[in-house]
Amino acid sequence: MTDTGYNYAYLDEQTKRMIRRAILKAVAIPGYQVPFAGREMPLPYGWGTGGIQVTAAIIGQDDTLKVIDQGADDTTNAVSIRRFFARTAAVKTTEKTVEATVIQTRHRIPETALTENQIMVYQVPIPEPLRWMEPRETETRKMHALQEYGVMHVKLYEDIARFGHIATTYDYPVMVNDRYLMAPSPIPKFDNPKLNNSPALQLFGAGREKRIYAVPPYTPVKSLDFTDHPFEVQRWDDCCALCGATDSFLDEVITDDKGGRMYVCSDSDYCGDRRAAGHVGPQGVDADAYQRATAAE
Amino acid sequence: MYVAVKGGEKAIDTAHQLLAEQRRGDAAVPELTLEQIKNQMTLAVDRVMTEGSLYDRDLAALAIKQARGDLMEAIFLLRAYRTTLPRLATTEPLDTDTMRIIRRISATFKDLPGGQVLGPTFDYTHRLLDFALAAEGDTPVPVPADAAPLEACPRVTALLNAEGLIEPDTAADDADPGDITREPPLYPADRAVRLQTLARADEGWLLALGYSTQRGYAKSHPFAGEIRIGSVDVEIIPEELGFPVRIGSIEVAECEMINQFKGSKTTPPQFTRGYGLTFGHGERKAMSMALVDRALRARELGEDITAPAQDEEFVLSHGDTVESSGFTQHLKLPHYVDFQSELVAVRALRAEYEARRRAAQNGEQESRND
Repeated sequence: MTDTGYNYAYLDEQTKRMIRRAILKAVAIPGYQVPFAGREMPLPYGWGTGGIQVTAAIIGQDDTLKVIDQGADDTTNAVSIRRFFARTAAVKTTEKTVEATVIQTRHRIPETALTENQIMVYQVPIPEPLRWMEPRETETRKMHALQEYGVMHVKLYEDIARFGHIATTYDYPVMVNDRYLMAPSPIPKFDNPKLNNSPALQLFGAGREKRIYAVPPYTPVKSLDFTDHPFEVQRWDDCCALCGATDSFLDEVITDDKGGRMYVCSDSDYCGDRRAAGHVGPQGVDADAYQRATAAE
Repeated sequence: MYVAVKGGEKAIDTAHQLLAEQRRGDAAVPELTLEQIKNQMTLAVDRVMTEGSLYDRDLAALAIKQARGDLMEAIFLLRAYRTTLPRLATTEPLDTDTMRIIRRISATFKDLPGGQVLGPTFDYTHRLLDFALAAEGDTPVPVPADAAPLEACPRVTALLNAEGLIEPDTAADDADPGDITREPPLYPADRAVRLQTLARADEGWLLALGYSTQRGYAKSHPFAGEIRIGSVDVEIIPEELGFPVRIGSIEVAECEMINQFKGSKTTPPQFTRGYGLTFGHGERKAMSMALVDRALRARELGEDITAPAQDEEFVLSHGDTVESSGFTQHLKLPHYVDFQSELVAVRALRAEYEARRRAAQNGEQESRND
């Protein structure tokens, strides 16, 4: 118990057991969406309630939690969720990817490679990859059962016919373990290759839609494509203005109203590590000055 | 020099301080008490209890105060609290036949056993702003209690049922009625699950859907067979005793709609039922709920499913205000990464478009030069 008057990690133990059962089933059937009796959480639906419930069900006092939103630890909703667990689960929190045992995320996978000792928890708004083609749950469940995924290929083909290439840029559909079509949550397709054969256990929680699914460690995850139109990730002409990275996902920051902009790493921990190690981008400062500036926060 | 934006924690703390200040308003004005809300904002309390799925007037009043009068926010507060409560027992079904009635009307019969009782209602008030209320100190003259106790009020549908004109109440079988707070929604849903979902659904959503059936989108020719409001006892059967024990009473509004049905291959023409129930005086919602309940019975009654109000998955999965409000408002959260992905894609598409256009222009130029 903590000072909040609620059970450890907010949820009661019966609810945690129910969620753990759903997680076990999800791990046993990679990519399959397991219905679970999601609870109302004290944070709004659509703000990470699925991820929070999964984290609450698996977290313990030995864990170190990292929470990111858009790749950064300091975005308001990430701050809010991290505080929620610091308060209700008295858990150690970190901004360092390498220190974390549980990483809850919205919209990104860290740039730093994950390990077998880590669990990724994804916040999922719409778990059903077929939803935009077929809004009805009654239909999509049948389509998954029959592995009837033709509509998704048709959709991607229509992109190619209209635009010359596949125009889906995030929440890019993947095939898990050659069986289930899965929505990787709205991560950029840039992150899709990191899903494949990851040493970390990856859990996906959709609170409002009451679904949990999983990609167990070392599971093949393939982004859908065509032989003549292979899957590709985003690329930038620029590098990170602060750390000079050319291998990370870059956010665009508008710096004035005359078209001025700069690109910076979306993964704030990765960028900070690189700068601390002496990498300097075109608008960055050297490591000493960087440390002085961030220490002043 | 540019250092990435930081300071989320401080911003959140300051925002919450501002919120507390705005909630309190002018400190020279006396603070609103929970007793005042509970006693004078009764219909707001009723709605928050109904959609919050928790019968507790004090907590509902607290939620309304904390939410600055935003009822959806108050409903969310109550729901998030409710979900942490242990289940101690399951009550026996409410017996609304024995309701201590304060209002009971039927639109289908001019008079009937038990009579028509208007009770406290906005009906037949002229909606003229009462400026006298603006002056404080207004205490209405109490209505003297009726000397004669109310006669027994048999249900209108029971009276019709005696003649076989209305479908019988589907027998409450022993099957577990399901619990939408403990089981994930799966479709098709049975009626008990549908009614539970409707009972906590947003009033505006049900009102609009019910209204749509009246305007011809799944018309079911409804009559307000009976609306009754009053208090009913809540009973449980403790395992060790084996007989019902009254643990308290709650105030509810119940509506039974009577709807036309032309009959089918297996059923003779008869009236059918739509049912609505809310905590407190939620009459408007109870009526809307009854219309939507009836519309959702289309499959069971063999009617064509042509209108939104008959579409179970559509109606049930979009009615919860905690869900819809959360997901609509999540659009406020940062989407930098997705948006950046789209920016990269749209720029690439535009560059390709431009290249094609230029190539086409050059082609024209060359053919003219030939």
